[in-house]
Amino acid sequence: MLDLALKGRPRYWIWVSFLITMIIIGFICWMREHHVGAALTTGLSRDVSWGFHVGQLTFFVGVAASAVLVVLPYYFHNYKIFGRIAVIGEFLAVGCVLIAMLSVFVIMGQPSRVWNVILHPTPHSIIFWDMVVLITYLSLNLLCGWTILHAEKKSAPPPKWIKPFIYWAILWAPSIHTVTAFLYAGLPGRPHWMTALQAAHFLATAFAAGPSLLIILSMIIKKVSKFDPGQQAINKLAEIATYALIIHLFFIGLEFFTAFYSQIPDHMAALKYLYVGYEGHTGMVSWMAISTLLAFTGLLIFIFPPLRKWNVTKLIGALCIFFSIWMDKGFAFVVSGFIPNPFDKVTEAWIALNEFLVAAGVWSVGALVITVLYKIAITVKEKAVFDKYGHKQIVD
Amino acid sequence: MITRRDFLKISAFASLIGLGGSLSIEALEKKQGPQVLKDLKALKGKRWAMAIDTRKFKTQEDFDKVIKACHKAHNVPEIINPLHEVKWIWTEDYEHSFPGTAEHYISKEVKERKFLLLCNHCDNAPCTRVCPVKATFKREDGITMQDMHRCIGCKFCMAGCPYGARNYNFLPPRDYIKELNPEYPTRMLGVVEKCTFCNERIDRGLLPYCVEASEGKIIFGDLYDPNSEIRKVLAENIIIRRKVELGTQPMVFYII
Amino acid sequence: MYDGWKIILGLVVFVIIVTLPFTMSIGRDYVKPQPSIDTPEIQKMEKKQCIESKQYMRETHIKLLYSWKDYASREGKRVYIASDGKEYTISLQNTCMKCHSNKEKFCDECHNYVSVKPYCWDCHIEPKVGGLK
Repeated sequence: MLDLALKGRPRYWIWVSFLITMIIIGFICWMREHHVGAALTTGLSRDVSWGFHVGQLTFFVGVAASAVLVVLPYYFHNYKIFGRIAVIGEFLAVGCVLIAMLSVFVIMGQPSRVWNVILHPTPHSIIFWDMVVLITYLSLNLLCGWTILHAEKKSAPPPKWIKPFIYWAILWAPSIHTVTAFLYAGLPGRPHWMTALQAAHFLATAFAAGPSLLIILSMIIKKVSKFDPGQQAINKLAEIATYALIIHLFFIGLEFFTAFYSQIPDHMAALKYLYVGYEGHTGMVSWMAISTLLAFTGLLIFIFPPLRKWNVTKLIGALCIFFSIWMDKGFAFVVSGFIPNPFDKVTEAWIALNEFLVAAGVWSVGALVITVLYKIAITVKEKAVFDKYGHKQIVD
Repeated sequence: MITRRDFLKISAFASLIGLGGSLSIEALEKKQGPQVLKDLKALKGKRWAMAIDTRKFKTQEDFDKVIKACHKAHNVPEIINPLHEVKWIWTEDYEHSFPGTAEHYISKEVKERKFLLLCNHCDNAPCTRVCPVKATFKREDGITMQDMHRCIGCKFCMAGCPYGARNYNFLPPRDYIKELNPEYPTRMLGVVEKCTFCNERIDRGLLPYCVEASEGKIIFGDLYDPNSEIRKVLAENIIIRRKVELGTQPMVFYII
Repeated sequence: MYDGWKIILGLVVFVIIVTLPFTMSIGRDYVKPQPSIDTPEIQKMEKKQCIESKQYMRETHIKLLYSWKDYASREGKRVYIASDGKEYTISLQNTCMKCHSNKEKFCDECHNYVSVKPYCWDCHIEPKVGGLK
């Protein structure tokens, strides 16, 4: 089936070349960091030792986990509406897990020693488990998506042996994000991260941002190909995203209550820093204001059925939710955990250009993998006029 | 510091070893192949701890002597920018050394005192818990060791440490060392380093550089030995530690 | 054969890349590496022998050093008793390089020849030419 990715219109090749260029630029920037040091090439410091890349790990693990939202209803509850986009969700997960794993890899100061994680397995370290669950989830989604698509190509039902792997992947999705939350939630000196709500909150944000991205991608697929992922499926995703977004905003409220009713300074500090500034340091306030504004715009659009169902506002709403959560979880959440530092002083952090380009290279790797997998899936699906339930899936 | 009693005990033990030394080497000769052993002179302790008598540090010079002794011997780079600096032992004022527990109405003298900060060698160290490769780990004698050969530079330990004791090499360290100590290695770009309680000296029977340079202002010893000098000074003085509420059990005590 | 010329071209490129290490060294002189042990410290020795036999050191010095690094920094074991019963301190800088104070003519001689770049010296300090002061 891989050969299907080798035939495409010029715009496909322009997009692929663009991604490859970004990967090369990212790679050069990454090499540069290891040549001159992270001082000049990242926004990190002694006090804020994790930043943008770890944020990307956190965010994209979530997007990857959200594939379960189409896989679970479809395979487990036989929810037919998601029949066509299940594979789209699975392949999105593959690309996003890859982004997540590469995002951790690029923070390593000594990348050549990364095999030490396998050579000296350390079960009491969460990074070790993160590696285990991410590699497993990547393999499961690739296996399930590929096998089912292959069966579809041959117009045959999927083989029976794939079922246990699908159920395994369903169980695994929340696990990967729980492990990601455990990276943060068990550190004694970081009160902002140390909340039992962390994993649940991560899942809520993931289930809002993931479907939003899937909506955007489905609309792009519908635009650039003859394959129609299904209007009903897209609308259902928007509904799921709405509920998840509400839960996310509710959880933010819970964090505020605990911190400010208890009046424990350590728990209030980071929240103050994010939303109003802490001891005169306001570096993140406008960033979070935009994120909050986007969240409420997205909520406003998605909570009213007509706006949620109209494609123009739907797209705007999905973009708002996606970027709102990306800004929060993909950067602000990580940096604010380091504020104040262990000496009750504030060191702020930002994203360096070099760091951003490395991240862009990492996204491009994920996007390239997703592009290639989607290209294959779409080509397969374009050849079958009707889906397995007899609905037309091709728009002429 | 070793008490006189300890000194006698050690020297008695050492002389015994001296007698047995030639015998043991002969015994080893019969075994095939080489052997790797601990140095017989090594200081023996179950839980190394440090008590810093903050009353005795009076002038800037008192601090400088201690810091320089450590930093010079360990080839610690001198990076001016606080964002990327590397420090194994340094000073901080009362308020910022003990955030959350610092007393506002304590005497002006204490408030203006400086405190030597370093890795606390926590008994229950979060940094060793989070390290994915065991590059940082607990030695049997309680030292939180940092194996700079193995560190992959993921910086998880820096997020894990509640004391800001860990340093990532953001800049090529050798560019910032004025005079290299040829007896000790430097570090390289992209690894994490910190105070190691001078394990290389303890293993050879010597006290840490800072203890030696402090001339009695820092007491070092085995916390689990009820007869040790450190236990005596801890029992006889008012002591505080940094962030005890986190349950990390820091092994550096401050005499107020 | 479909796309026959493409396949052949691909094969040719593959063969060229794979044989590059051999073709690149055509015309180069082979200079047999001769690591020197001529340092003042070694000259002073009565019996010019390393901690273990020459053959053993030649074959397994890197394994020995690898084990040393773990013994010293992980287990606190800093005494090495050689096969002949002699005691040495486990230290690259303070034992090995005290005698072999000519890194360029000793270590690098062979390492350059076989094109290996041990990263020891990223951290460990090599002796100054003319011995450590």
